[in-house]
Amino acid sequence: MLEYAYYPGCSLEHTASPYDKSIRAVFSALGIGLHEIEDWNCCGATMYMSVKKIVGYAISARNLAIAQDMGMQICAPCSSCYTILRKTNRHIAWDPKERHKINEALKAADLSYDTLVEVRHPVDILVTDLGLAEIKKRIKVPLKGIKVAPYYGCQIVRPHGYIDDVDDPIKMDHLLAAVGAQPVHYPSKVRCCGGMLMTTQEKVALKLNLELLQAAVDNDADVIATACPLCQMNLEAYQKKINKAFGRDFNMPVVYFSHILGVALGIRPETMGLDKLIVQPEKLNACAREARI
Amino acid sequence: MRQRLEILPRKEAELRAAFWDQVGSFPEGEKIKRCLQCGTCSGTCPVSYAMDITPRQTIALFRAGHIEDILQSRTIWLCASCYSCTVRCPVGIRITDTLYALKRIAMEKHIYPPHFPVHTLSKAFIGNVYKYGRNYELGLGIKFFLATNFVKLFSNMGYGISMIRRGRLGLLPRKLKRVNQIRAIIRKANEFGEA
Repeated sequence: MLEYAYYPGCSLEHTASPYDKSIRAVFSALGIGLHEIEDWNCCGATMYMSVKKIVGYAISARNLAIAQDMGMQICAPCSSCYTILRKTNRHIAWDPKERHKINEALKAADLSYDTLVEVRHPVDILVTDLGLAEIKKRIKVPLKGIKVAPYYGCQIVRPHGYIDDVDDPIKMDHLLAAVGAQPVHYPSKVRCCGGMLMTTQEKVALKLNLELLQAAVDNDADVIATACPLCQMNLEAYQKKINKAFGRDFNMPVVYFSHILGVALGIRPETMGLDKLIVQPEKLNACAREARI
Repeated sequence: MRQRLEILPRKEAELRAAFWDQVGSFPEGEKIKRCLQCGTCSGTCPVSYAMDITPRQTIALFRAGHIEDILQSRTIWLCASCYSCTVRCPVGIRITDTLYALKRIAMEKHIYPPHFPVHTLSKAFIGNVYKYGRNYELGLGIKFFLATNFVKLFSNMGYGISMIRRGRLGLLPRKLKRVNQIRAIIRKANEFGEA
């Protein structure tokens, strides 16, 4: 049985709770074990990197050190956490002096980090470790070719192309197609949503998200699927603001990729927090309703 | 390079020394020396249109001895960390990491663009992490808008309420059980010199 140390990250506790719920439900339905890292802390995000790098890496390493003692690879759904945790590993492997400093800091909490723990993203785990054939066997609800814009965002593909090609990743497309959805051509699949700029520089971020929504409409998508809490929040929760700022009438649902998998696997939308989304994915909900789940 | 430092103004020489320290503190930082000034970074950057100095110009200004001008520009604080420039750079310069390094210098030397308080978000964020061990989204937003743009607190109220109603914005922070561990790690790591 596949088992992973689960690192939800701060966003998945609140704004991205539907992501957390759907990942847990989908992994459970597919027989993959997720064991939450006990008392995990913030990964430091992009913020610590702008203040003091070594502190950011040290707190990020606390999570890695706990996972190391669990003896499992980490599953990190938030793409920002995913990149930060991987970056921490890269930094530690790069320079023995930095590794020493980080361990000195960890010692203050009676921890040490010696064996680098592999950090994985659920898209990669599902496609590479479990395999599409296994997933196909468990499909219960036909998705009737619902058209999905696969939106990868930045952090799971860049800067190192960990899970896929940096310019044209395809794994999420394959995953969505495997469960009966129809991934549409989405040329903006790796374009930035602005991330925290929605808080600090709203005008700039609204424009980036306008372009992402327009590309989805232009390519006839019914729904956008993301793998990142910030992308989902910017595209969905700020859609009203985008409409107001640019005089548009977008009504584009933005779900996590795991929601589409979950509906196909017969998981109830409410179990996955789909009902908590502001723009409801009507076509996806209809698939679930018609199958009476 | 060492002899040339003497002909630079003292402040610039200091900033330059800090900059070289910083680019030596992450993998492949030194590749910045290879810059061809081709502009691929600026062309690929999704927010360069809103910058006063483009990423390419940032490197040109550093070479010309104007680091202070870079720190006073909005550029480093507009970078959303999407890494597009990094993957496209034909000579492999870690541009995003370099902009992070410049942010750290700005924070350390307290040099910021006028009327552009983006850095306060990072400060509020790390305050939360020290206090709770995790990010507290609602508290972070309120703190940031109170410190920077009071009006935004109200214009974002609709968003906040609709997220709270859906259980997607916690009213209270979640604190680690062993928050003392995190604080001990932060205190210890802070003892190490800058970088």
